[in-house]
Amino acid sequence: MIGLLAKKIGMTQLFDESGRAVPVTLFSAGPCKIVQVKTAERDGYRALQLGYGTRREKCQTAPVRGHLKKHNAVGTRFLREVRVDDAGPYQEGQDLTVSLFEVGSRVDVIGTSKGRGFAGVVKRHHFSGGRETHGCVTHKQPGSIGASAYPSRVIKGKKLPGRMGGARVTVKNLEVVGLDAEQNLLWVRGSVPGAPNGMVLIRTKK
Amino acid sequence: MSVLERFESRFRLERKVEFRPGDTVRVHVRVVEGEKERAQLFQGVVINVRGGGMRQTFTVRKISSGIGVERTFPVHSPGVAKIEVARTGKVRRAKLFYLRGRTGKAAKVEEREKTGGDGA
Repeated sequence: MIGLLAKKIGMTQLFDESGRAVPVTLFSAGPCKIVQVKTAERDGYRALQLGYGTRREKCQTAPVRGHLKKHNAVGTRFLREVRVDDAGPYQEGQDLTVSLFEVGSRVDVIGTSKGRGFAGVVKRHHFSGGRETHGCVTHKQPGSIGASAYPSRVIKGKKLPGRMGGARVTVKNLEVVGLDAEQNLLWVRGSVPGAPNGMVLIRTKK
Repeated sequence: MSVLERFESRFRLERKVEFRPGDTVRVHVRVVEGEKERAQLFQGVVINVRGGGMRQTFTVRKISSGIGVERTFPVHSPGVAKIEVARTGKVRRAKLFYLRGRTGKAAKVEEREKTGGDGA
């Protein structure tokens, strides 16, 4: 498995050879520097630590600054790890670009979904809600959340209102429709979590 | 131009919307029959143009043997071979959905001089 950090640019549509509209999400992907190679001997697992984006050094904490300085990646904004079976062909300091991927191959995209705040059950769990008219007074309420004397408590895991979104979401098996190595662009079929300008991790399908 | 617009412009057909709601257009639709490809004509009044960029579409309405038929085409679809303006129409709104309830002479759109400015 190998991956790349990217910025979601937005969605649009293209047409394939048969004239059918294909919904695509466009990314500005990489180039990502391999900041650190994690080895089984030293770290207990094999992975590549990728760096993406820039950030003023004074905004970073001392531990991050020290880590980046040690690995010659000063001012890197995002650090994410991608597990690899064999780090052989990869070296610290190497730049990864969209040419990692092939048109037509499948990828997983990991991002942070849009935050919805404290959301009710209709939005959060797709409850159907009550009817809007004909004298009904509860429109978007959850209804009964359980029996009374027994069990005298609410069952764990009961779907109730609460914080929604803003969580790590993986969308699997998206088709790479095209890429542009020159401009570091990559586009996949379908939608991915998060708003435009959000950071996502694109990795080859597991 | 945003990155997304620049990206879209790579795939867009060299085609501009040179018609307005109210115009009568002839849309040449590519139809593949087995091996052969031919153009099917769909002529009618443009009653809706919506969206922009790659996602722009327009809706054409015609009366086919007494029955109203509407088709929505993506402007940049390769399935649309050609769009010809047969007649320009003079209308005062962008969406001509009011034509749906009308038949015969009431459903007619007044002609606009091609050189005429804003149509209204």
